[in-house]
Formats: sequence, C-alpha cells, structure tokens
Amino acid sequence: MARHDIHLTINGASHNVNVESRLLLVHLIRENLRLTGTHIGCDTTHCGACTVLLDGEPVKSCTVLAVQADGADITTVEGLEQNGKLHPIQEAFWEKHGLQCGYCTPGMMMTGCALLARDKEPSEADIREAISGNLCRCTGYLNIVKAIQSAAERLRQQ
Amino acid sequence: MIPPAFDYHAPVSLPEAIALLSRFGDSAKVLSGGQSLLPLLKLRLGNAEHLVDIGRIPGLEYVREEGSFLRIGGRTRESVLERSDLIRERYPILLDTARVIADPLVRNRATVGGNLAHGDPANDHPATMLALRAEVVAQGPDGERVIPIDQFFTGLFTTALAPDEILTEIRIPVPPNRTAGAYVKLERKVGDYATAAAAAQVTLDASSGFERVGLALTNAGPVPQRAAAAEDFLTGRRASEANIAEAARHAAEAASPTADRRGSVEYKREMARVLAARALKKAVERAGGR
Amino acid sequence: MTTPRTSPEVSGMGHSMKRKEDPRFIRGRGNYVDDIQLPGMLHMDIVRSPYAHAKIKSINTERALKVPGVLAVITGETLAKYNLHWMPTLMSDTQMVLPTEKVMYQAQEVAAVIATDRYAAADGVEAVEVEYEPLPVVVDPFKALDPSAPVLRTDKKDKKDNRIFHWQAGDRAATDKAFAEADVTVTQDMYLPRIHVASIETCGCVADFDRVTGKLTVYMTTQAPHAVRTVFALVAGHVGLSEEKIRIVSPDIGGGFGGKVPVYPGYVIATAASVVIGKPVKWVEDRMENLQADSFARDYHIHAELAAKKDGTMTALRIKTLADHGYADAAANPSKFPAGLFSICTGSYDLKNAFAEVDGVYTNKPPGGIAYRCSFRVTEAVHCIERITDVLAQELKMDPAALRMKNFIPPEKFPYKSALGWEYDSGNYPAALRKAMDMVGYEALRKEQAEKRARGELMGIGISSFTEIVGAGPSKQFDILGLKMFDSCEIRVHPTGKALARFGTKSQGQGHETTYAQIIAEELGIPAAHVQVEEGDTDTAPYGLGTYASRSTPTAGAAGAMAARKVREKAKKIAAHLLECSPDDLVWEPGKFSVKGAPGRSKTIQDIALAAYTNHPQGMEAGLEAVSYYDPPNLTFPFGSYIAVVDIDRGTGAVKVRRFVAVDDCGNIINPMIVDGQIHGGLTMGLAPALLEEISYDDDGNIIGGSFMDYLLPTAMETPSWETAKTVTPSPHHPFGAKGVGESATVGAPPAIANAVVDALSHVGVRHVDIPITPEKVWRLLKEHGLAE
Repeated sequence: MARHDIHLTINGASHNVNVESRLLLVHLIRENLRLTGTHIGCDTTHCGACTVLLDGEPVKSCTVLAVQADGADITTVEGLEQNGKLHPIQEAFWEKHGLQCGYCTPGMMMTGCALLARDKEPSEADIREAISGNLCRCTGYLNIVKAIQSAAERLRQQ
Repeated sequence: MIPPAFDYHAPVSLPEAIALLSRFGDSAKVLSGGQSLLPLLKLRLGNAEHLVDIGRIPGLEYVREEGSFLRIGGRTRESVLERSDLIRERYPILLDTARVIADPLVRNRATVGGNLAHGDPANDHPATMLALRAEVVAQGPDGERVIPIDQFFTGLFTTALAPDEILTEIRIPVPPNRTAGAYVKLERKVGDYATAAAAAQVTLDASSGFERVGLALTNAGPVPQRAAAAEDFLTGRRASEANIAEAARHAAEAASPTADRRGSVEYKREMARVLAARALKKAVERAGGR
Repeated sequence: MTTPRTSPEVSGMGHSMKRKEDPRFIRGRGNYVDDIQLPGMLHMDIVRSPYAHAKIKSINTERALKVPGVLAVITGETLAKYNLHWMPTLMSDTQMVLPTEKVMYQAQEVAAVIATDRYAAADGVEAVEVEYEPLPVVVDPFKALDPSAPVLRTDKKDKKDNRIFHWQAGDRAATDKAFAEADVTVTQDMYLPRIHVASIETCGCVADFDRVTGKLTVYMTTQAPHAVRTVFALVAGHVGLSEEKIRIVSPDIGGGFGGKVPVYPGYVIATAASVVIGKPVKWVEDRMENLQADSFARDYHIHAELAAKKDGTMTALRIKTLADHGYADAAANPSKFPAGLFSICTGSYDLKNAFAEVDGVYTNKPPGGIAYRCSFRVTEAVHCIERITDVLAQELKMDPAALRMKNFIPPEKFPYKSALGWEYDSGNYPAALRKAMDMVGYEALRKEQAEKRARGELMGIGISSFTEIVGAGPSKQFDILGLKMFDSCEIRVHPTGKALARFGTKSQGQGHETTYAQIIAEELGIPAAHVQVEEGDTDTAPYGLGTYASRSTPTAGAAGAMAARKVREKAKKIAAHLLECSPDDLVWEPGKFSVKGAPGRSKTIQDIALAAYTNHPQGMEAGLEAVSYYDPPNLTFPFGSYIAVVDIDRGTGAVKVRRFVAVDDCGNIINPMIVDGQIHGGLTMGLAPALLEEISYDDDGNIIGGSFMDYLLPTAMETPSWETAKTVTPSPHHPFGAKGVGESATVGAPPAIANAVVDALSHVGVRHVDIPITPEKVWRLLKEHGLAE
C-alpha cells in the first residue's frame, strides 16, 4: 500500500502518523513532527548529520523509511535535555568547544551517547572509530573527541 | 534524495513474505537492512514498485554454532557480528570483515544477508564467505534449499536467489584445528568500498604446510569469485613467504578490476596482490603458523 | 601569551569563554534555512542538465504539471519576460539564472518546479522533459586557449576567444634579469585541482514576498547579506523590488567557508517564484547539486620558478598561472583583483624580485573560483612558494628548515614592503619555525628518518612557513561590485548597563556572538555575558560586506572596538558630570572611571549607562550608543610554521600523517579556545585537499567526484590529533592588535603535507607530487624508483 498508519515514540512522546511508504524517517522527524534538530547534509548516506537513536542504536535516519520505524522508540537531540537539565554530553560539547556551526552536532552527540552507553571509558581511538560515520567540516574532530571523553567522565561520576 | 513512489509491505512470517514476492515478481525487492537498497532508491536508480520488508519476521537474527556449522541468521546486523564474542574468538575473519563495512552507523542497520544478496562485488562479505566456503540457505515457495557459495554469485548484482526467494541463513563449516582467517581491506577512507581487499582462510597441517586454503578478492571483477589458481598452488605447499607471494601473484593475475577513482586497473591488480599476501600471512599467523 | 586584563566575570580579550551561541545548538534549536516553515510555503526543486554543453531544443512541462502537488514550472523563457534570466556575477561577469538557448556545464539549472511539498517537487523534476542537442565540450583550459577552440561565451558580443582576464604584478624585466644572473634556478609545474568546500549544510533559501506590503524577505544561506540585498535591488529594481523593502536574513548557517558568498541561480529563481506567486518558496539543494553546481575553488595550473645564489639566498620568483574559471567568472574576489591576493606568493621570504601573472579562461564547468577557505587565492600562492622552496632546498641539498631560516624576512624589517607591493604589518617568522621545530623534535626526527631509510622504511618531514594576507580591505584598493570593503558595528548600551551590538558580518560557526562580545567587554568593561551580539538581518544590522577571507576580526572586530571607544568617550563626559570634575581628571580601567588620585571616587559603566537616560548632562544628547564604519588602513598578515610527519606504506602507497604540529600567529587573541577550534578545523580542511579531495571532468564534461561517494571528506579516523601552539606578534595598525585566523590552517597545511611526502622520497630523486596525494600516485613513484613492496 502507498500509505500507512504508524505509531512511534519519540523522546518519550507517543505519535500516530499516516505516512507515504517512501517517506524517509528524517523527513518524518523534521517535517511532520517539526523536530528540526536532526539535520540533512547529504544524499548518499555518508554524512551522519541525520543520526538519531532507534531502539537505542544510532542510525542514519535518512536511510530508514518512516514505516520501518513503526513501533520503534526514537531519541533525537531534543530528547537529551530532561526537565530543563542538560545531558552530560550537551554540557561537555559546550564546555570543550565541540561545536562551531552546530550542524553536525546533534548527530555527533547521539552517536556519542550511544557509545557511552556501551563503553564507559572509551579511548581516543574508540571514539574516533565510533564517530567515523559522522562528518564535520568545522572542528577538525579534536574537540569533539575531547567532549565525548569529558562526557564519559561526567557520566562515570554520576 | 527523494525515492520514487512505491508500495511497502511488512509481512510477519516467511510464507507471507514469499507469497508477496511470488505475487509481485520482478517489480518487488526485499528490504532487509536497507543500507544498499534505500540509497539506490534515493538516487532514483533500481526499479522497485514494491518493497517487501522482512524486518518484522521473527527468527532471522542469530549467531550460533550448531552441530558442524556456524549459523548466522540472514537478517543479523553487521554490528551484532562485530560485537559477538563467539565471532571475535573463533571467526576473527568475520570480525575483520564486519568492521570495515561502511561505517558504524550503517552497520547498525545493514545485514549480513543483505550484504550477500545484493550481489555487489564491491561488498565485503562475498569474498569472506567464499574463503570460508560458506553455504547460503534460501527459502522460497518450494521450501528451503542450500546454495553453496561458489554457485551463489552469478553476475553483476545477480545471485542464484530467485525473485521469490529470501536468504534466511548463512552457514559456515566449523573450522578444524589450526585454522584461521583474515580479511584485509584497502580503502581511501572509512566508509568507502574497497580499492582492493582480500579474504584468506587457511588450515595448516602439522608441519605448517597449507592443508586447505580459501582465498577471494573484493571488488576485483564483476562477480565475486574465489582465487582458485592461487588456492590450488598453495595446497600442500609450505607456508613460506615465497609461496604466499607466488599465490598472491596468481590471485592478482586472475583479477579483473575496473578503473575508477579508487585506482587504475594496474594499481588495483597490484593492490590485490599486496593484500592477498597480507591476508594470507595474517591468517597463517592466527592459525599458529609462526 | 599575555594574561587577560579583565576578570573572568567581565571576560574580555584572552578568556576562553564558553560560547554564547551554543545553548541553542546543543539543544538542536538552531534556526537553519531548512528549519524555517512559513504558512503556505511552497517547495522548489531544480531540473539540471546532464550535458556540459548543449543547445536546449525544447522543454516540455506537460507531464510535470500533471504530477499531484506541482503548481508551476519556471524556465528561462519565464524569467526572460522580466529580464531576470541572466544576472551579474561578483566579478562583473554575467551568468545565467535559467538558460534560454544553451547550457554551459553539467548540472546547470535548466528549469525549476514549484510544488506543495518537496516530494512532489522531486517527482515534478523527474517528469520535466528536456530535449538537448549536445555541442563540443571544452574542459581543458589549455585547449580552451587554442585559436581553433569553440568560443563558449557566444552571449558576449564580439567575443572571439575564451580568455577572461590577464593579471600581473611585479617587475618582469628586473625579475628576468635576476633569473639570468642567478647561480641556481629551479622550475616546477604544479596543479591545484578543483575542490569544493562541502559544508555540512548545503545552500538554500526561503523567499517570501508579501503582496500587500510589497516587502521581500529572503532567508538565505549567505555570508554577505547586505551585499545580496543591494545586488537584488539593482538587478530586480525594474520589476519593482526596492532596497528599503528587501530584507535578507542569514539565520544560523551550517558552515560557509566561502561557498555561501556567491548568489546562486536557485536563490534568484525562488525569489522570482515567490514574487510571481505571492507565497513563500523554499529551495534547499541536495548534496550532489551542491557539489556539482555550486562555486568551486582552486583549479590553478601553476608554472613556478625560483632563482637563488648558491648559498641559498633566494633572489627572484617568477610565476605564470592558468586559471580555469568554468563558464563564468563568478569568483567573489575584490573587483580590482581577478586573481585575488595571489601576489602574496613571495610568502615569508625576503625576495627582492618577483613577477606573477595569471590568465583566466572559460571552460564548460560550473562558474566560480575561490570558495574554500582560501582568503582569495592565498592557498594557491602559499602552496606555490612553499613547494618551490622545498624544490630549491632539494636542489641545493640544504635542509628545508635551514633554507627557510636563511631567507625569512627578519623581524626588524617590519612593516615590510614586498616585491609585489604589499606592506606586511608585522611578523616573526624565525620564532614560529623554531617553536614548531622544538615541538616536533625536528633534529630527532631527521635522525629517525636516516635510520629508517637504511632499513628501507619511508618517513618524511614537511615544513610550511606561510604568511597569509587577510582582512580585506582598505577602501583605496578594495571593493566588491563597487561596494567598499569596510565593516561596521553599532552598539547601544541600555539603562541597566547591558548592551546590544550589531555587526555587518555574519558568522557561520566562527563564534562571533562570543568573540565580539568579548571585544566590547574589553573596551567597556561590560561583562561579555551582558553584551547581546546580532548579525545577519539587513533590516537591523549596519551595512557590512560579510564574513569570508578571515576579514571579520580585522574589520568588524575593529569596528566593534572603535564603536566601543566612542561609547567610552561619551561615558567619560557623563562620568565627569556625575563626579563633578573635568573629564581630563578621570582615569579608565575596564568597567569604570575614577578620579585621578582619588580612586574611591568612581563611577562604573553601569552607573554611567543609567545616568545616560536619567541624569545626562544638559546640552548633551541622552542615550549611550555609537556606530563605527571601519575602513582598515591595511590588511593583516597572520603567519605560522607547520611541520607534518608522514609514514608511507611501501605496499599500497598510502600516506599516514603520524604527527602534525601547527604554530600560528594571529596577533592578539580574543578567545584562545575559539582560535584553537578554527585552527583544528582549518588543518582538517588542509589535510583533505592534500590527500583526498578532487573534482575532475572527463572529456565530455562529465563530473567525477560529484557526490560524497567520490568526493572524500576526512572522518575522525583519517584526521590526526592536531598539536597546536602560538606565538603572538600583534598587528601594529589594528585597534587591538588582532589579525584574523579562520583560514590560516587551510592555507598552511597542504604544502606541509605535500612537502613531507616528497621529503620521504627525496632520497631517490622525487621532487614533486601534485595534490591530492592519492595512494596510487605515491605507489607509481615507489614503482618508478624501485621502492614498491
């Protein structure tokens, strides 16, 4: 069929939407649900600016159909802050100057969050590998690595 | 960036999925991880009026040794392969391979079955599965059949799978003692297809000679093929640097890469040689050869 | 590094203050063009030519108009009715908005589809049927100069060739004489291929024409909103657009790097569509459109020669360059500089004679030339001099560091007049190079290299000691389309002592909301946290020429300081009034005026601000604000020394950057953390062209490298862990001694890496390798010299 009723949870909120088969998840998030923190930077699944957590795993939402996410639990950058309190990774990116233009930042942070959920003390090499699907043109990656290391430390102390 | 319109189906059982594929024939495509198919559709390439998503069918994601086989469910994500202790300890060639497929985010969606079924000689698993002498299990309207990997890849972007068949499992023979493998890939950057890559799986005899060799190259021709001449050369010979170098030369000679931005035919052939030697050397080391 | 003059609470110059713009970005609450949704907004997508050169025989829109959601298809014919089918470029050439006769490059805009949503627009584009008649393609710029080559710009009356301009600088005769008399001369051809800036956000706009008020608002990814507004007013005045009723808004921009300076046809078409339809129209390009049609950078074919005495003293430099500009010169150079600031090519060296010439030529490729963090061709100039310096070192069998030390302009010679006419403001090149050498452990590395060579292992050490020229620029010489390149700041201090400051520039990630606040904090003692900085809305911001070519700190930053000083002058008078003394009796420290000799008698800037509205002196206007339009007296000359260490895989030719040390001098530093961030990013955009990036064309004009599949951006895995340090040599003419730093690293890094690779192979006689240094290029050299595994 060409249209489907789907249900998903985004940042803890329940959504029922009627979508075209071909609607990309990133467009569902940005256009239908008006969560514009997730960005689009390419058309060949390279840049990772569209990274969200889908059932806890970081994925490129431009290469997932909205219908494939029926029943899924999705976290976008807007879901990091809880009750007015920034997530440690947001604090860390701010503190360590891990962003400049801010466009790749949501994707970087979602990937970083997922890494830190699996690995409490990643090495620099681990971090660089984990973010190798997220492109940045501004920062040269060094401060992003430092931000994720700092976030790891904050989380360990919690 | 925007795919053309298509109809999407999400069957919840294999019979339902097979029925849909039978019904729609060539105008349907199986959607597994979607990391090969969706990028094509977004570029408006690859005709698909119907997508049959096998993502809702239970029982297609597993990694386990059972009897004399390692069995990998067709819809197992690459990232699961990457994180599996079983794979890391007993099949490091598969860890080598999974780790260099695209990037970590793509690997959270991409599936092993999809990587094979796409029939793309640039994908990484075909060479590894050839080296491992794996078998592919397919389910269709007439039931299940087992396809040896040497019969699986039939042409560019074509496999032995019928339009109404689904790849449900990959079986790899549990290796005997003194067996190990390695996959070595040269890429321009993380996320790229191989400029050249080689998969080697070797079994050594008591005197460190090659009892059995599986060797295959990635992106070295229109159809993934084993480097048979190189394998034959090595079988029964000592695992010496000179023999490995000679075998690598055979493998490169049999390769027919195409020129593109990754390199000229000459360079790619030479890299096939260099990497075949490196893969063999690493496999021998892991098998306890030195 | 000097300690900051102000407290952390005030956070003036020198504080690594956390950025004020980040709270919205870390929450995903940035406001980029594609985030903007207006009521009734339509979507535009563009039909593009598959041919590099072809006549358009017909455009059939019938099928497209039947696609559900498609409202209109705009062609060149539509725009021709309003004489908007061609537009001026920033270099006073012309380019098509939409063609009426022929297309001149692959991916050129041919028609635009307007639809209710972006999916329908994409379907509409598929359904437009265009019939082409291919024409002979010119892709080789040398062949383009052939008398028998087809003339591409048939739209230009009486044009008989494909030449665009000839530019030269220096004394040709004196330079030729120096070459004739030289002990040693070296020659090297170098090609810097076409590359693309590929910021993660592509280009786009939302054009919103209000039929009732007649006001046009365009939200646009532009680095120069005021210039765009004026150009729109001049170009479209005849269809009723009037400058006071045009508002260009640069919202948050996801990276610019020069790629968002040109006015792209998409912006103009979307604007025309909105005016005609009376609804907002959004156009956001895909990545492939961005790479294939938007302004490129480099594409310089350089023939360089360097003359020297046998002791290594450089005596003359001679350069001849062919510049491939695509089918229109749409580079955003200052108008009198068609080759940008290429004449900085004498670099850091005391060259008494130099002559440089550049010839621009048309080909069937997208127009442009300088959009990639290059300060107007400074990347090209620096690559040239730093590469040929190493070629000379190799020829003389001299250590490249020693050769540089020998030829550096010594610190005591500043301000220094170069042979090509620039007055370098300040510099201390030996100190920077020495610091880099110490940091990297140069002597130990040379030893290691010798040991490795004996074992057949390949490692190389490459140096780049660059001098940049930024901060365009003084009104005497600099203008873009006649608009002088001053910049501006307007400060208003509120009764409660907080301030609002607006600037004519536009940050795309450089942190102006923080650094400009810090400048004002330094000058007025108002905490930077209390200074609200705004840019990018032409309705409110004072006129400026925008942010690119590292000009913001040198021009608008300076304007900020000057405006703040005007505010301080008035504040002094108010303070004198409050303290009942003469203004001459007052001393200033950041944040307050005190009576000389009676420090207890003082007034804070906050006291003064309140008084400006509640108790101002009679005869003086109330309020506390000032505007400055700053015309810089000169450019600024940031510099540095970079050292790259590379290891080469003898089997594959792959180059691994083991270490990269960067010592930068950008004068006085506003925010060290932000400066380091600029350098890390710049280095990565130097590594990328050195090893990975290239756009090329086959003989039919088909682009190779037109998507991220083949246009390779480095990931965190390819990028080394940068090691950075500073020296500080203030600019004597800048109000607070700063120079600008955004592009230094992009300029300095590629030759450091190229020099390192050549150095790794110099013992077998390799002299040069063109960037990008792909593994295959290296492998061929290894094979040629018997070094391949």
